[in-house]
Amino acid sequence: MRYKDLSPAVRRSLWPIIGLFVLLLANVLISPEFFSIEIKDGRFYGSLIDVMNRAAPVALLAIGMTLVIATGGVDLSVGSVMAIAGAVSAGLIVGGVDNIAIVIGGGLLAGVAAGFVNGFLVGYFGIQPIVATLILMVAGRGIAQLINSGQIVTFHHEAFEYLGVGYLFGLPFPIILVIITFVLVQLLMRRTALGLFVEGVGANASASHYIGINDKLIKLMVYCVSGLCAAVAGMIAAADIGGSDANNAGLWLELDAILAVVIGGASLMGGRFSVFLSIIGALIIQALTITIILSGVPPKFNLLIKAAAIIVILLLQSPEFHRQIARFKKAGGAQS
Amino acid sequence: MNKKFLPLYVTSSLFVLLFLVGSVQFENFGTLRVFMNLFTDNAFLIIAAIGMTFVILSGGIDLSVGSTIALSGVIISVLLRDYGWHPIPAFAFVLVLGTLFGAAMGAIIHFYQLQPFIVTLAGMFFARGLSSVVSEESVPITHMFYDNVAMFGFELPGGAWLGSSTIIALVVLGLAIWLANFTRFGGRVYGIGGDAQSAALMGVPIARTTISVYALSSFFAALSGIVFSFYTFSGYSLAAVGVELDAIAAVVIGGTLLTGGYGYVVGTLFGVLIMGVVQTYISFDGTLSSWWTKIVIGLLLFVFIALQRYLVRRGTKA
Repeated sequence: MRYKDLSPAVRRSLWPIIGLFVLLLANVLISPEFFSIEIKDGRFYGSLIDVMNRAAPVALLAIGMTLVIATGGVDLSVGSVMAIAGAVSAGLIVGGVDNIAIVIGGGLLAGVAAGFVNGFLVGYFGIQPIVATLILMVAGRGIAQLINSGQIVTFHHEAFEYLGVGYLFGLPFPIILVIITFVLVQLLMRRTALGLFVEGVGANASASHYIGINDKLIKLMVYCVSGLCAAVAGMIAAADIGGSDANNAGLWLELDAILAVVIGGASLMGGRFSVFLSIIGALIIQALTITIILSGVPPKFNLLIKAAAIIVILLLQSPEFHRQIARFKKAGGAQS
Repeated sequence: MNKKFLPLYVTSSLFVLLFLVGSVQFENFGTLRVFMNLFTDNAFLIIAAIGMTFVILSGGIDLSVGSTIALSGVIISVLLRDYGWHPIPAFAFVLVLGTLFGAAMGAIIHFYQLQPFIVTLAGMFFARGLSSVVSEESVPITHMFYDNVAMFGFELPGGAWLGSSTIIALVVLGLAIWLANFTRFGGRVYGIGGDAQSAALMGVPIARTTISVYALSSFFAALSGIVFSFYTFSGYSLAAVGVELDAIAAVVIGGTLLTGGYGYVVGTLFGVLIMGVVQTYISFDGTLSSWWTKIVIGLLLFVFIALQRYLVRRGTKA
């Protein structure tokens, strides 16, 4: 079977998966024990598990970001929303709330509220997504600081810390959370018409509007989902360190999340999306980081390599680049 | 009253109002000294935000500003310390490098039809990464020339100070106003920001203008890095994190339309000054924490964006 004969969906998903595979292979070549997974006390240990565990927050953000990008938007505020959700949960715990449902519910509520603000500005106010979410990106950390009274709030709460450091079925709990979120979103998007609506709004908002899709409500919804995902990621981050650090929680993760979605092959212009490929994208980012560490390149090259990777991926996605390559091939063919 | 300048009036009156509120409340607030300090403390931001103004006027966005500032600071300090360069050729070097960096981003944006936001995001990673490769730790700058430039300035009445950074910022401001409103280049920038297709049909060289806009922004960012290094006397790869957001906020508060094609460079100056006044107010008050700055700036952003929507809607109805 030739590459051309593959269906577009398979073709699109081929590249990110090959990318991840190549990276993992590189890791094995550098460090042979990379794939080995041990079982100790009924828990899995190993570099692969580690990659997945560390990629969990970005993967969660990427799930929400995928939907937002599919509508042609972008959510820059997810890092700040992480900080807010962490601060709210920490505040509740320190304030004497012991009921885990309230603690988690509070964090989730903060995330939905933030997403609602973003979605309202984008959907109903018609503000450009970059700018609308920029507001909360700037103000959000301030709000988180306000909740924390400008301090790093530490807490001890076993049930809540389970979110970050717990194990279920032998896997770290963050990985389980990613799987749960993925399944829920996938059911919501692919077992109902919502996914089609989202793609429709992203492909052409006014056309969708005319065929009766409530484009404003769809936009509001995707930002709320993104806020929710960010809240879960924020609570994982807070539970992981047993504290809420408004300055550093989720710092720059919005960029990683966008990058994960782009690596997953989604177009920033909106339209088709695949939540699964975005998660692969998040894994690629984490695997790349591990590759850099394993290969002995000083970590200071980390960002530079990441930047180069983004440029290459962007170019690979650009139709103009494909045309240039085609022209180049033609010229080469004519000469020979 | 010319309607065209309405956002500019709003911004400048808001600045005056905030300054007056501070002056009434605090004894030493309403002085020339505090006013001049707004310039001294924010000179680098004024320069970077002016570069951002051109990009936003053209309908784009530049997220690489902050890391370009850090990169030029790091390169200068390393050239001075490890290679014994004189600051002046080092300045020329980073300015040229910055311009080329911006031009490369502009070229990728134009020729590959990629979104400015993601390309300059990659640029931001790249510049930040490059500066940490050049030097991870903060590099101090010790050079007679730096001392002289930093000390240079004029004493104004009331203990106020017109320093070299302020002078550079004001020169850049004058130059930018001339460039935006009195040259063909400026007209072209407004043109592609308003409607790139119509502009192309009217004969605006889109490629050259787009590339120049990003080159200009990075040039100003590099210059901003130089001014910033006079302020900190060092180069550090993690310096000026998030300045791009401050710059964007200043441009928006300054009344420039984010969709491009409308706005004034002077507005951006007032945008920076408003942010500066808020910060000064908070430090004068003493009981408010510095994170209130972020919340207030977020609120201001919201108010001004809402105002823009209102004005644009009214404009299309009329």
